[in-house]
Amino acid sequence: MFDFLSDYDNPTLLGAFWVTVQLTVFSAVGSLIWGTLLAAMRVSPVPLMRGFGTAYVNLVRNIPLTVIIVFTSLGLANIFGVTMGTEELKVRAFRLAVLGLVAYTAAFVCEAIRSGINTVPVGQAEAARAIGLSFSQVLRLVVLPQAFRSVIGPLANVLIALTKNTTVAAAIGVAEAALLMKEMIENEAQTLLIGAVFAFGFVVLTLPTGLFLGWLSKRLAVKR
Amino acid sequence: MKLRKVSAAAATALVLALTATACGGDDGGDSNGSGSGGGDKIKIGIKYDQPGLGLKEPDGSFSGFDVDVATYVAKELGYEPNQIEWVETKSADRENALSRGDVKMIAATYSITDERKQKVDFAGPYLLAHQDLLVKADSDIKEGTDLNGKKLCSVTGSTSAQNVKNEIAPKAQLQELGGYSECIAGLQSGALDAVTTDDAILAGFAAQDQYKGQFKLTGLKLSNENYGIGVKKGATETLNKINDALEKMVSDGAWDTAVEDNFGPANYKNEEAPKIGQIVQ
Repeated sequence: MFDFLSDYDNPTLLGAFWVTVQLTVFSAVGSLIWGTLLAAMRVSPVPLMRGFGTAYVNLVRNIPLTVIIVFTSLGLANIFGVTMGTEELKVRAFRLAVLGLVAYTAAFVCEAIRSGINTVPVGQAEAARAIGLSFSQVLRLVVLPQAFRSVIGPLANVLIALTKNTTVAAAIGVAEAALLMKEMIENEAQTLLIGAVFAFGFVVLTLPTGLFLGWLSKRLAVKR
Repeated sequence: MKLRKVSAAAATALVLALTATACGGDDGGDSNGSGSGGGDKIKIGIKYDQPGLGLKEPDGSFSGFDVDVATYVAKELGYEPNQIEWVETKSADRENALSRGDVKMIAATYSITDERKQKVDFAGPYLLAHQDLLVKADSDIKEGTDLNGKKLCSVTGSTSAQNVKNEIAPKAQLQELGGYSECIAGLQSGALDAVTTDDAILAGFAAQDQYKGQFKLTGLKLSNENYGIGVKKGATETLNKINDALEKMVSDGAWDTAVEDNFGPANYKNEEAPKIGQIVQ
């Protein structure tokens, strides 16, 4: 029943899921950094920064991911000649996909973190200001550490969504799980079985992530 | 307690994986195998996005070689053109659409392969196509080995893309995109050196008004693709009628006319009309 799986060695099933994992990890790290910066912008005292953060989140959050990813390839790479520092099309497609996923996911990360910032009592920030800390110190030393601890749950949701969203990268030819699935369906004419294999693969990736982060969020939650 | 949680999670995983794919099983539709017209409609699966083969025009009409062949066959089965209901069958849906009974037959650049024959039956073949390369009119790419190091494009997951990766030019830079029109846009802008898929499909694109004279086919016969008309497994009566219709289409010249109409402007050298049941490996 599953013997056809061994016919694929370019990439193998595990290899394709490994690319999915890589896409997820790079995009997660990138969007966490960019999303945190965006959240800091949205709560900063500078109107221009606040405006930029708000505009970015509302714009990017409302564009379908497929449009963003396809734009990175057809728009940035083919029309504007963005090479992402490589002439290897495969590597370039991977980097463009990470770029698109980071740009998109960061908007959601930003909103999650901002809701976390709102859970920190105003008195804390005021006290920090009162002992003479600057805005960035208040954020870095007092507010964000508490905010992060309260948003592990929502961020886990974003991470799970991101894992599944990496399948969109198949649209620009990144050799990850969804692309291998398309190849298999093209060759084997066994939609149901192949679909089940790949659905199971994604559940194997996301379920432990969700369980672990759920446990972590309980453990680290700030008891008030 | 902990253990129970984990095993519950594992059970959830299995259930999720199964339900996620439990749409559209193999419980077939009703097999009304008799092809008598008499006022009812016939549903035929085609592609909507392949100029020259199966294309939905902006005004809602349909054109292409597959469409012409299907229309001719439907007429032989007793259906006038206004009784045909065209249905889009994308590559991944074709077997299911037939086994569920969504469509009676499929003429959608449907290559006859052993894997597919286990799921559906094929009439024909009605056209022998080959994987080929579409390049700019002034390109110097002449054979498969010229491709190593060049940038070439095909559709995500397609057989042509796999052939390039595994056999024709493993060292080529392969860009896989969502559709051939995206590939051709890249070829036009110079971002890509070649587009590869079946020559009939490429000829259809090259024959479009906006691309006339810009591209050429290299004429490499990189594979054999025998296009057949798919019907539900076991619908032998329909299958025989379609085969008779295809034979008639070749003998009365309608087949040649359809080739000329759809591929003419692209300098596409088509193969002779294949004999029924003659599959070129």
